Amino acid sequence: MAEWVEACAVDDVDEEDVIRFDHGGRTFAIYRSPENAFFATDGFCTHEKAHLADGLVMDDIIECPKHNGRFNYKTGQANGAPVCVNLKTYPVRVEAGKVMIDIG
Amino acid sequence: MAKKRDYSLVGESTRLAIETGLASAEWYHTDVPRKTMKELMQRSDGPAIRDTIIWIVAILGSAAGIVWFWGTWWVVPFMFVYGVLYGSSSDSRWHECGHGTAFRTRWMNDVVYHIASFMLMRNPVQWRWSHARHHTDTIIVGRDAEIAVMRPPDLIKAALAFTGILDFRYSLPTLVRQAFGTLSDDEKSYIPEMEQHKAVTAARWHMVVYAATIAVAIALGSWIPLVLIGLPRLYGTWHMVLTGLLQHIGLADNVTDHRLNTRTVHMNPISRFIYWNMNYHVEHHMFPMVPYHALPKLHELIKHDLPVANPSMWHAYREVWPVLLRQLRYEDYYLKRELPPTAKPYRGEFHDLDITAAAAE
Repeated sequence: MAEWVEACAVDDVDEEDVIRFDHGGRTFAIYRSPENAFFATDGFCTHEKAHLADGLVMDDIIECPKHNGRFNYKTGQANGAPVCVNLKTYPVRVEAGKVMIDIG
Repeated sequence: MAKKRDYSLVGESTRLAIETGLASAEWYHTDVPRKTMKELMQRSDGPAIRDTIIWIVAILGSAAGIVWFWGTWWVVPFMFVYGVLYGSSSDSRWHECGHGTAFRTRWMNDVVYHIASFMLMRNPVQWRWSHARHHTDTIIVGRDAEIAVMRPPDLIKAALAFTGILDFRYSLPTLVRQAFGTLSDDEKSYIPEMEQHKAVTAARWHMVVYAATIAVAIALGSWIPLVLIGLPRLYGTWHMVLTGLLQHIGLADNVTDHRLNTRTVHMNPISRFIYWNMNYHVEHHMFPMVPYHALPKLHELIKHDLPVANPSMWHAYREVWPVLLRQLRYEDYYLKRELPPTAKPYRGEFHDLDITAAAAE
């Protein structure tokens, strides 16, 4: 079932960057792509428990700050060792300057 | 009496590290504003392409010198240069491209990574995973697969490492074993099951190239193919050991603060080119996302929070030698370097630092 929550304001995330969003004991990562679109994934790398919000966004890729594992943050796809398990993604919409994600 | 360390990755120390929370722990990081860190992490192909062109030209040039002057004493300087480029500088290329930070373009990292892995006689799959573990659990006994000098230190072994003999003796049989499809329990502990078959395939490819090299040497009735492929791992490895040993030797183990177990050493420009700036090793471990060419800048930014870097390799070895000698009798002894007054204190919540065991600077 859909559960839309407000993650942040649009201006909270720089272009081609990521921020952390905690909600209900869970951690998410909110991305703003170079094309100015917003995306959301789980906040932790699937390899080891590292916050992806401390990583580097390059085009469609988020690189984990701990072991440089790379994911496509738009699809969640893991792009090779040391990450082997895909990242969970969440639907996102922008409403009145707020970034909303469906964590349901 | 101090308990002996168990360096196996599936033994008593492993169990203890997991139980006490030392394994996969949160590590200390110097505070760096996100905006600044983002700038430092930025990738670019330019510096690594420039350095790789210089590297390849120097390798090919010195190889040509070996072939041309073979049979004369003039071959010696060319072997000296070629050996270091093949047997030592490949280590830093392997390292940086393994992290994926050298180039922005992924395939460039992968190509150089595989070439450098071959030069080093390292299984590219196995070592990618062992290095990930090294960053997760740096110098955590029972977890880190890349502890170069264990305690109590075996000084003869450390000295022989400069000749490459021991590494050669370890690396080649390891590749042969893996090529026959056998991974050790330690290797299985850090290579995920879904990746293990790739390690076997990679070892087989390495063996194919070595077999072809030997075949060419026999066919030509010449040592030259072996001097160019394989043997530089023996005669050119000394610089890798000279710089690499200093990364962690004599410092603390089982801690979660890289300032306690890792060393930054200022080096001459040639060594820094060969080593691709990995002399800034505390900085690298704290922020592995920062490319090698941005490490000097990172060093300037966070040095207020780090022990003062050793001014030279000579200084660092002079500092560590008495520590190693003392570790022969008392293996818990280590070098605890003083922090500048501007630094945050060493992190101690995951471990009970035995200050009496630490050597004052």
